[in-house]
Amino acid sequence: MTRLPPQDGERVDREREVTFTFDGREVTGLEGDTIGSALFASGRRTFSRSFKYHRRRGLMCCAGQCPNCLVQVDGAPGVRACTEPVQEGMEVEHMNARPSLEFDAMRATDLFGGPFTPPGFYYKTFIRPRRLWPLYEKILRHAAGLGKVPKEQAEREWRTEYRRRHADILVVGGGAAGLSAAIAAAELGADVVLADEGPEPGGRLLAEGNHARARELTARARDLGVELLTSAPALGAFDGLVPVWERDTLHQVRAQRIVYATGAIEQPLLFPGNDLPGVMLSGGAVRLATLYGISPGSRAVVATVDDRGLEAAVALLARGVEVATVADLREHGNSDAMKQLMRQGVHVLRGATVLQAEGRSSLQRVTLGPPGAGEGGAGEHELTCDLLAVSGGSAPATSLLAQSGARTRYDERLGHFVLSEMPEGAHAAGEVAGSGSLFEAERSGAVAGAGAAHELGFGDDESRARVETERKTVLNSRDGMPEVAVPPAVTSSRRGKCFACLCEDVTAKDIHLSVEEGYDSIELSKRYTTTTMGPCQGRMCQLPAVRLMAEETGTSLADVGTTTARPPWHAVPMGALAGRPFEPAKRSSMHARHRELGANVLWAGDWRRAYDYGDPRAEALAVHETAGLIDVSTLGKLIVRGPDAGELLDRLYPNRFSNLAPGRIRYGVMASDAGRIMDDGTICRLDDDSFYVTTTSSGAGAVYQWFSWWLADWRLNVHLTDVTQGLSAVNLAGPRAREILASLTDLDCSAEGFAYLDGKRADVAGVPCLLLRIGFVGEVGYELHFPSAHGEHLWDALMEAGGPLGLRPFGLEPQRLLRLQKMHILVGQDTDSESTPFGAAMPWIVKLDKEQPFIGKWALEKAASGELETTLVGFRLADGHVPTEGAVVLPDGDGPVGQVTSARFSPQLGGVIGMAWVPVSLAKDGASVTISDEGRRLQAEVVTKPFYDPDGEVLRS
Amino acid sequence: MSYVLTCPNCGPREVTDFGFGGEVNPRPRSDPSERELGVYNYFRRNVAGVQREWWCHRSGCGAWFYAERDTRTNEVLLTELPEPAA
Ligand code: FES
Ligand SMILES: [Zn+2]
Repeated sequence: MTRLPPQDGERVDREREVTFTFDGREVTGLEGDTIGSALFASGRRTFSRSFKYHRRRGLMCCAGQCPNCLVQVDGAPGVRACTEPVQEGMEVEHMNARPSLEFDAMRATDLFGGPFTPPGFYYKTFIRPRRLWPLYEKILRHAAGLGKVPKEQAEREWRTEYRRRHADILVVGGGAAGLSAAIAAAELGADVVLADEGPEPGGRLLAEGNHARARELTARARDLGVELLTSAPALGAFDGLVPVWERDTLHQVRAQRIVYATGAIEQPLLFPGNDLPGVMLSGGAVRLATLYGISPGSRAVVATVDDRGLEAAVALLARGVEVATVADLREHGNSDAMKQLMRQGVHVLRGATVLQAEGRSSLQRVTLGPPGAGEGGAGEHELTCDLLAVSGGSAPATSLLAQSGARTRYDERLGHFVLSEMPEGAHAAGEVAGSGSLFEAERSGAVAGAGAAHELGFGDDESRARVETERKTVLNSRDGMPEVAVPPAVTSSRRGKCFACLCEDVTAKDIHLSVEEGYDSIELSKRYTTTTMGPCQGRMCQLPAVRLMAEETGTSLADVGTTTARPPWHAVPMGALAGRPFEPAKRSSMHARHRELGANVLWAGDWRRAYDYGDPRAEALAVHETAGLIDVSTLGKLIVRGPDAGELLDRLYPNRFSNLAPGRIRYGVMASDAGRIMDDGTICRLDDDSFYVTTTSSGAGAVYQWFSWWLADWRLNVHLTDVTQGLSAVNLAGPRAREILASLTDLDCSAEGFAYLDGKRADVAGVPCLLLRIGFVGEVGYELHFPSAHGEHLWDALMEAGGPLGLRPFGLEPQRLLRLQKMHILVGQDTDSESTPFGAAMPWIVKLDKEQPFIGKWALEKAASGELETTLVGFRLADGHVPTEGAVVLPDGDGPVGQVTSARFSPQLGGVIGMAWVPVSLAKDGASVTISDEGRRLQAEVVTKPFYDPDGEVLRS
Repeated sequence: MSYVLTCPNCGPREVTDFGFGGEVNPRPRSDPSERELGVYNYFRRNVAGVQREWWCHRSGCGAWFYAERDTRTNEVLLTELPEPAA
């Protein structure tokens, strides 16, 4: 197919070819083409098969408003060919047709009818017998939906950037009105964002050959600092927030004022054959010619109800397309466009419209005549043509406005719904507000933009006065709007399917049937027939459906009303809304070393942690026999400093810290005011005024927030610093740990010089460290906290010094085993949101005699005087089976009375050990409990003291 | 739900930047009765109207502050830091 001669303002670059494939075959287009224009230029007329009947559908609006050109691009379904720019090498495929677009077996449903065709078939068919549902489901899944998401996809990074943009004014729509609004507001000093669907702002200016003006306005807006978002549709209006989707970015725009310049949507006419390829909206035909230099047909007929169609006819003529006849539904009228057509000798039928369109695979013939005529009526004209450009009037695109609270009313004279009530903070300009011509659109845009800026306090008296005068002019000009003939719901009673909703393949007859069946309100009919629920979101079918309903029910359009507008207004990939956002992974400063050592790295909260280094049992044994080194940088670390630091900790923990001597360490369990365990960790007093607090890895953020919340409430003289990221930590433990440490520091590491629960500051391998001698894994151990930058250096120094002595790195899994041997609880694993320190067998941690009304005090007082039901104990199993965490504890075969929270096989102890909640009566050494684990019964013996080194002799040595 | 809160330190930010601390729920002064303690721990007024609340600028400066918000409209009437210690 040939292109028209080049012309100013077209979007394609004739010098640069772009090659892509459609259904596997190569297609060559031009730079600047859309997939749709390139395919059309290559001769393609059928772009898709319809949803139910699998009828051929071709380009209709060329503006992303209808469902006809949906294709699959590089595996992504539901892409509009007419707006998607071509790119070298892209793979485009058709949707909804098997085996091929040209021969579709499902077309039978159109020719012979069948269970898929009547409205509501989903609700009526395939109900009985129920046992056949799996089969039905298969059939329905096959038939339903559009496109196919490939089961396997190439590994692809699809991330969506979420950007929040606060602005003074958001302008939705970048046509003449939107650009003018943005300019006027920015001139007064407002911070303006403009979002437009198209690849460049200009809207109808571009499509109708006024590209110079479009570019002039765009440049002016840009110079004034307006942020222009292109190929960026607004998706909806939510509580003042407008999401604007721009490729990989979802802009969440929140503006104090919003100017809606969303334009109007050209409407189709309803007549038999109105969906044939070759039947286009007049604007679509003009866009093909103007933007892409393509002849939309070799012989055109135009059917219109207003000047828009006449203007399209003029534009087509100017581009060299033959226009056979123009049918204007209006009896009178002598607009400029009409005069031009007359002058050029175009055959014009007044008071006539299109009654039928026919053709095999695309349009071949149309019948024109007075509306309502049946077969063979008077005044009919049959014409051969391959393009029918239809203009059924235009409907203001009020959906976004309606979502933000605007109301509409039916206008008899214009034959569509117009804005009647505006929500607070919203302005409308251009065609959506009824300003039809481009000149008026610019003026109404300027008024709306300046008005919005004035409301925000920009401008002065003079600018206000000027805009006020302009506003009056705009209002007056709306009264003199051009004549429109309101078309009948259906133009003729001829045979043949006449589509009200192209997306869902709903015919005028279907709506008739649905009313007969009692679905007589527009909202009911919508749900029953699914009209307005497809990809066009009512752009093409809302008004026709309302017209049909009014006719069928014998009421007025005003009474029928419209359906509720809901987001999304524009199709958007799920990935843009729910795709992977920024997902941080935290890695310790020694992470690379763990990798080099072959660690199995797993997620632990936000952290990537070494779970083990291949042999968790051997790693645990090494800690008992020689020494082990573990990276514990994930621990939360807080510095609490100030004259009231001790007081703060005394109020936050059930035990006492104000009397802790500098250089000493105490274990702490934090409780809520309901007395429940929240977190645990060790606290070292650094000096009179400062404490070093460690928290669990998963609780680090929450504990910091908890501390700072109470601090904000109590307003104590304390400063909190979260050093979780800034400091790294390792724990060196085992019989040879002391020797290894001593080789790297001047510190006196003897049992007397550095006793259990001492905290000291010293250089280790030249790195300034805080050393905590704590019982982390049950052997003599030192936890070293140090600036993260030195992580690899210190790790290497320790491994080097310890290697000859048998030092091994150990991971999270052996750490859990070692801690279980000591019955150290794991908050959140061995405790839940109901566990108190008493239940967790740590009554010694609660100092009820403390004068401070510490958090949890009152609840713990009550708990102390009450009876416990269950308590946490250790158990040992005779059987070698390791019960699952969560396995049920049975006393003597009765109902469950508790559950297992941790269990592991301990090579050191030569058996299975664990922790469980059991009734208090069974919390005695030697008591026997039954554990039921997935059908297995296990006999366990209760142990109340740590399994390993119960009296802590090893630990203190 | 989507609205803006003004952090007293950082300025207006989307609500999703903040952590919600619930309605301001003063701790009992001293030795509460079981009932008072229960009410403090487990009951909230949950008003349909303006309520004073705690918020934390979690994805920002980390500060805890008060907000007065109309729970029916999500209009935030005021945000303020607690008075500094005397
Ligand atoms: S032709 Fe592409 S959406 Fe209408
Ligand atoms: Zn802040």
